[in-house]
Amino acid sequence: MSQQIAIGTLNDIPQMGATTVETPNGRYAIFRTRNDEVFALRDQCPHKQGPLSQGIVAGHTVTCPLHNWKIDLSSGEAQAPDEGCVNTLPIEAQPDGTLLLTLVD
Amino acid sequence: MKKKLVCIGNGMAGMRTIEEILKLEPDMYEISVFGEEPHENYNRILLSPVLAGEKTIDDIILNSAEWYTENNITLYKDEKVIEIDRIHNQIKSEKGTVLEYDRLLIATGSTAFIIPIQGHQLDGVIGFRDIKDVNTMLSAAQTGKNAVVIGGGLLGLEAANGLRKQGMTVTVVHLLDSLMERQLDKSASSLLKCSLEDTGLNFKMEAQTEAILGTDGKVSAVKFKDGSSVDADLVVMAVGIRPNINLAQQAGLQCERGILVDDTLQTYDPKIYSIGECVQHRGQVYGLVAPLFEQAKVCANHLVDLGYSRYEGSVTSTKLKVTGIDLFSAGNFTGTDDSEDIIFQDPSLGVYKKLVIEDNKIIGTVLYGATLDGSWYFQLMRDQTDISAMRDKLLFGQAHLGDSGHGDENHILTMPDDAEVCGCNGVCKGDIVNAIVKKNLFTVDDVRAETKASNSCGSCTALVEQLLASTLGNDYSASPAHKPLCKCTDLTHDEVKDEIVKQKLTSIHAVYEALDWKTPDGCASCRPALNYYLMSTFPDVVEDDSQSRFINERAHGNIQKDGTYSVVPRMWGGVTNPAELRAIADVADKYDVKLVKVTGGQRIDLFGLTKEQLPHIWADLNKAGFVSGHAYGKALRTVKTCVGSDWCRFGTQDSTGMGIKLEKMTWGSWTPHKFKIAVSGCPRNCSEATIKDFGVVAVDSGWELHVGGNGGIKVRVTDLLCKVSTEEEVQEYCGAFMQLYREQAHYLERTAPWIERVGLKYVQEIIVDDAEQRKLLHERFLASQDISQVDPWAELAKKPNSPQFKPLKRIAA
Repeated sequence: MSQQIAIGTLNDIPQMGATTVETPNGRYAIFRTRNDEVFALRDQCPHKQGPLSQGIVAGHTVTCPLHNWKIDLSSGEAQAPDEGCVNTLPIEAQPDGTLLLTLVD
Repeated sequence: MKKKLVCIGNGMAGMRTIEEILKLEPDMYEISVFGEEPHENYNRILLSPVLAGEKTIDDIILNSAEWYTENNITLYKDEKVIEIDRIHNQIKSEKGTVLEYDRLLIATGSTAFIIPIQGHQLDGVIGFRDIKDVNTMLSAAQTGKNAVVIGGGLLGLEAANGLRKQGMTVTVVHLLDSLMERQLDKSASSLLKCSLEDTGLNFKMEAQTEAILGTDGKVSAVKFKDGSSVDADLVVMAVGIRPNINLAQQAGLQCERGILVDDTLQTYDPKIYSIGECVQHRGQVYGLVAPLFEQAKVCANHLVDLGYSRYEGSVTSTKLKVTGIDLFSAGNFTGTDDSEDIIFQDPSLGVYKKLVIEDNKIIGTVLYGATLDGSWYFQLMRDQTDISAMRDKLLFGQAHLGDSGHGDENHILTMPDDAEVCGCNGVCKGDIVNAIVKKNLFTVDDVRAETKASNSCGSCTALVEQLLASTLGNDYSASPAHKPLCKCTDLTHDEVKDEIVKQKLTSIHAVYEALDWKTPDGCASCRPALNYYLMSTFPDVVEDDSQSRFINERAHGNIQKDGTYSVVPRMWGGVTNPAELRAIADVADKYDVKLVKVTGGQRIDLFGLTKEQLPHIWADLNKAGFVSGHAYGKALRTVKTCVGSDWCRFGTQDSTGMGIKLEKMTWGSWTPHKFKIAVSGCPRNCSEATIKDFGVVAVDSGWELHVGGNGGIKVRVTDLLCKVSTEEEVQEYCGAFMQLYREQAHYLERTAPWIERVGLKYVQEIIVDDAEQRKLLHERFLASQDISQVDPWAELAKKPNSPQFKPLKRIAA
């Protein structure tokens, strides 16, 4: 079962920045790129569980603030040579800016 | 209409100049190039490895056919220029091409000198100069057995080594009793001769060639004045080179041994420039590659009408490109009447090192068998560095100067594979060597990306470089002096900073656009750097881009391994009182602080706070009178003090009061890296001022000012900047020093490496000797402080519900 939940609007997140959402499955980081694309990733780096929401966003990657691993926002994969993957959730921005996050049970 | 530039000579000198011109003014000239050889420009100094079979011709091409097309250069190859008509500003080629020029560049190089003895015109007698010679030698090696190389200099030995590797029996004939006498002293020379004999080369020393004998027009033997002779199917003359000046001479240009040029590389005809091995500059003719790179820069500067740089001659060094033999020489290695030699000699190990010292400076060096430090000695020699302080360790190499306590290259070789190289990321020697071999890594950056070694604190960089050098051998070339800011650009920190000022760039995206950034959003390395450069250059215009700051500077706390933060309130000069301590205790209780700790900078650190708690704890601390301690930023951290004359029986001045004044003046300022200050009340130095970025030590008669100390990764004691007498002076010097550092250092460069890079003298000339500059710098510092001295906690505490601090939503199960 999956459900879509409105979590806020695009303007709640700074461009090239992130905010967080608490879900029953833990905290997720919600990213907004410079081109207003949005992504939802578990807020835990696959390396040492650093909060990805606090990293620097450039293009489609975020750099973890703890040890500089670079994580791809769309796939959740760590950039080589590092290896690891973080869970992602589908998220979309409605025309009015409302962000709909899809939770999967 | 574009001006016409004609270049005679399609070699390294000419093309390097054209490349420099294209860098400066790509559209100024319509460029034509004439080359006698039927090839594009190739790297002539790598002909020896081609002959030895270690490289191919394709490997050594420098400018491909596409390069000429892409840059709109017309290349006339295999076409010799036979006349320069200076009256009509024209050149004529042997194929009948006539071209006009506005500027002419003569880069005709040199040719091998063929001794005009009997038989020198026989088939099979050649020089060693170009691809054609190499091909002749390679085909001779297919059929013939014996080769004679006349000349035991650098070129002759490289030719002999190559021919031997191609399977020929080679005899090197030398007029004098020691090889490479222009680069080596006798000791090194005899070591070299032994090693070369071990590889199978034969030598005939102190031998004068009388004639070359032939049958059917082809060489068959070489005969000597002492009556002996050696069979030969090939004779290579490597006795020297002669500048190609015929063309210039015929055109009436002043020539002696080479074409005479001045410090701008201009000949006697103001429209004609000349460069490379064909020129004679201040009496010197060069036969090596390094000088022509320096000449090309200057020549291009004048050809594009900038007209400000000068060529003042080159100091050259030599390396023998014979695999398995390490040899380096530079400068005056025989010494003068006033010089002294420092020599290390170990015949069994095959190591010989000699440094020639005069007036506490290196004036020459010869290294044999251990050349790792050659480039370092050469740098010390060129910079005329005073070596008296390191004289006792100099000969053992740079590694022995105590760089982070690592040993030298031999130490690397004897290290076991499981020895840790990078302590930050736990990378062992074996991991690095494997990665270098399996993944074909060639640079420190490659190793960093692949293994993470040297990716954090950087103190093992030299060790990684040595591993690269020892694993790759000849293929490794040390990291270039031109180091790009990050992978998003080819420009260096300084180049980017210069462009920001020159083009008045005031946003990160303006920088990306103006400087052709390779990535649309930059990366986590360049964004914080650019944000800093912009803010420090135009403090009143540029808006801080918080998304380009590291999280600590965005959250105004230090992120910890579990994602919580630590908070440090400012305590001016490290002084507090019971009321403040009570307030801190109350806050610690209220927010359930997990650890209260006193920092090295005399402040109190509160650990284990969640991001959501931050604005609330800041508000409470603000209420008690605290502001942010900036313990997290590339900023003024703390001013550490001792108690000084008010209490201490040894104190000479009020160091606590001085520290508080300095902290009130400097807090809130952003710097390229963290900046620490300390004030001690007497030379006992209880506040450890001599390992701070700016240290003040009180003495009876005033204040000593120290700069560039560091207590971190690599401990560095400060340099004494100067002594002043009043508190006002201390403040002015401090502001001026901080501002100079802010304006000129690279982002993430502490004052210690910055001062080592620019030199203490440079800093003293500006801050101490030039009162006006000092005042201006201090004024600029204060002006920027007007804007940046705002407590970030107070600002952010007003918005505790911002999604920056708390989750946007909590979704219930």
